[in-house]
Amino acid sequence: MPAKTYAVMAEFETAASVLHAAEKVKQAGFRDWDVFTPFPVHGMDRAMGLKNSQVGWFSFIGGCTGYTTGMLMIWFMNAVDYRIPIGGKPMFSPFAAFPPSYELTILFGSFGALLGMLFLNRLPRLHHPLLKNRRFALATHDRFYVVIETSDPKYSDYETRRLLENLGSRHIELVEE
Amino acid sequence: MAESLKAQLLAEHPGLEVQGPPPGLERVPLVANNRSPGWISDRIASVIEGETPRWWKICFGISVTFMTLCFAMILYLMSTGVGIWGVQHPVMWGWAIVNFVWWIGIGHAGTLISAILFLLRQRWRTSINRAAEAMTIFAVMCAGIFPLIHIGRIWYGWWLFPIPNSLGIWPQFRSPLMWDVFAVSTYFTVSVLFWYMGLIPDLAVMRDRAKTKIRKFGYGLFALGWTGSNRHWSNYEKAYLILAGLSTPLVLSVHSIVSLDFSVSQLPGWHTTIFPPYFVAGAVYSGFGMVLTLLIPLRRLLKLEEIITVRHVELMCKVTLATGSIVGYAYAMEFFIAWYSGNPYERFLFFHNRAADPFIFGPLMHSKPAPYWWAFWTMVTCNVVVPQFFWFKKVRTSMLFVFGLSILVNIGMWFERFVIVVTSLQREFLPSNWSYYSPTVIDVLQFLGTFGLFFTFFLLFLRFVPLIAIAEVKGVTPYADPHHPLGGAKIGEKH
Repeated sequence: MPAKTYAVMAEFETAASVLHAAEKVKQAGFRDWDVFTPFPVHGMDRAMGLKNSQVGWFSFIGGCTGYTTGMLMIWFMNAVDYRIPIGGKPMFSPFAAFPPSYELTILFGSFGALLGMLFLNRLPRLHHPLLKNRRFALATHDRFYVVIETSDPKYSDYETRRLLENLGSRHIELVEE
Repeated sequence: MAESLKAQLLAEHPGLEVQGPPPGLERVPLVANNRSPGWISDRIASVIEGETPRWWKICFGISVTFMTLCFAMILYLMSTGVGIWGVQHPVMWGWAIVNFVWWIGIGHAGTLISAILFLLRQRWRTSINRAAEAMTIFAVMCAGIFPLIHIGRIWYGWWLFPIPNSLGIWPQFRSPLMWDVFAVSTYFTVSVLFWYMGLIPDLAVMRDRAKTKIRKFGYGLFALGWTGSNRHWSNYEKAYLILAGLSTPLVLSVHSIVSLDFSVSQLPGWHTTIFPPYFVAGAVYSGFGMVLTLLIPLRRLLKLEEIITVRHVELMCKVTLATGSIVGYAYAMEFFIAWYSGNPYERFLFFHNRAADPFIFGPLMHSKPAPYWWAFWTMVTCNVVVPQFFWFKKVRTSMLFVFGLSILVNIGMWFERFVIVVTSLQREFLPSNWSYYSPTVIDVLQFLGTFGLFFTFFLLFLRFVPLIAIAEVKGVTPYADPHHPLGGAKIGEKH
């Protein structure tokens, strides 16, 4: 049985040409498509019509959790569970509790940012059809790829290929599932 | 890349060509010789893929030996007690705390480069941030050893963590020492997260280049299936920005909290409000010294002069100069406040117990020389005088000179911590308690041992992890600019 086709992949050689191609693919109204670049290309998010990333919310929630955890933890330990009078200082003071809580804000916020990024990107992913493709290894080297998946409702073997050819891609191939 | 395409695009869109700045005003490009993205991958990856160099093997052997020494000294300490060190009443904080503050300060340059320079859009940071962040992580590891072992009974180290001990007592958070535990452990964790996240795209580079199965598996595992998808880059860049935004207040807080260990006390020489900013500036200063010490030989040995250019070294020298001058200002301000406060203990400490040398200032003040006058003046020479050399372009562009000065910076900052810790303690309020502190051989060996630990990790890092952020460096080359055909205008433009 022949392997199922996952997508069509078009190679570009410059950031300018792939940005231009992305604008046109977006205009053509595709949905299941992506651009693969060795480094983030400035302006590509707008060209692809991507919304602002949601990572910030994960980090924000992480940070709030961290600060609350710190304050509650210190209050519970030093003012509730086992009170130790030291130098006449109050059992709980938000000022003394601030530095550790501040650090926990940053700690949890950072975990939120990293894990949020991984979650939104559905990573880690140990298998991907593109990673099996030999040519695609250049995507981390110096080539740029536009990939349109066959699952896209607008996809057609002939038309999509023509579109990518017209955008100036010199190398187009089908990627197996 | 194809000149013909450029000509074609120019023919299609006349007036597209942007004029560069007039000759003589162009900036030096961040990657020399107009290298292509592919070349950048090849060059940086070849450090890992090439044969192990002889110098690496020799250095690694020496480092591992010293690392063993480090662990042996810790074992000796655990089995015998802190009596093997030079600490004695009234100097109960000796080399261990000096080394702790010194190592943790070293780390600060890495975070400054990776976070603060990122927020300030200093694009030259891309060539040095990976190695500097690695330096941060390993330096914090070395730093973390000292507070742990200096508590004497190491097996009670877990009392520092928020776990109730056998009597149900929790750590008490009104002490800055507890804040320090949180600051340093957060600093280490966040530095590792930031470093690792920066590494993900580069591990994918290594995975896609891998020739052997083991390499492909290893790098592939840690690259987490990164494909370079722009939808991923979009989230990735946002997360990177947030981590930079979080690391900036973090790095400023870490050394501030370290300084609070001292300044919350009532001791002249420690009880100073200037300490937090002064410690942070000193930390960045010493860290840049260490970055220069590491990268100047490396760029030569690994033939990376086109990526870590003379311009990069010059810029680092300028940061060293700026932070070194802040440190100099802080020293002056400490003396001014000691005098202006009119507090006899403050005045005694600063003028008679630190600055009074046997030749000039001591006789002028009709004072006996301070016991550690030589440490104080080493500190002033290395931290106030040495950075001023970096005003001169001739100095900044001479690698040998910069390397030499960077070592003096490291020495100077070590002495700064020594002066702060030891001179403030060693002559306290009661003259009958005065004594002279000297370290033992074990103190010295323990400190040397941490260098072994540091360099062992650093050398392993060089051999197994891309030591320059490949994807980020590609992103600052003219080829990365999509808004102009081939980014021609960016060659020699302002960065």
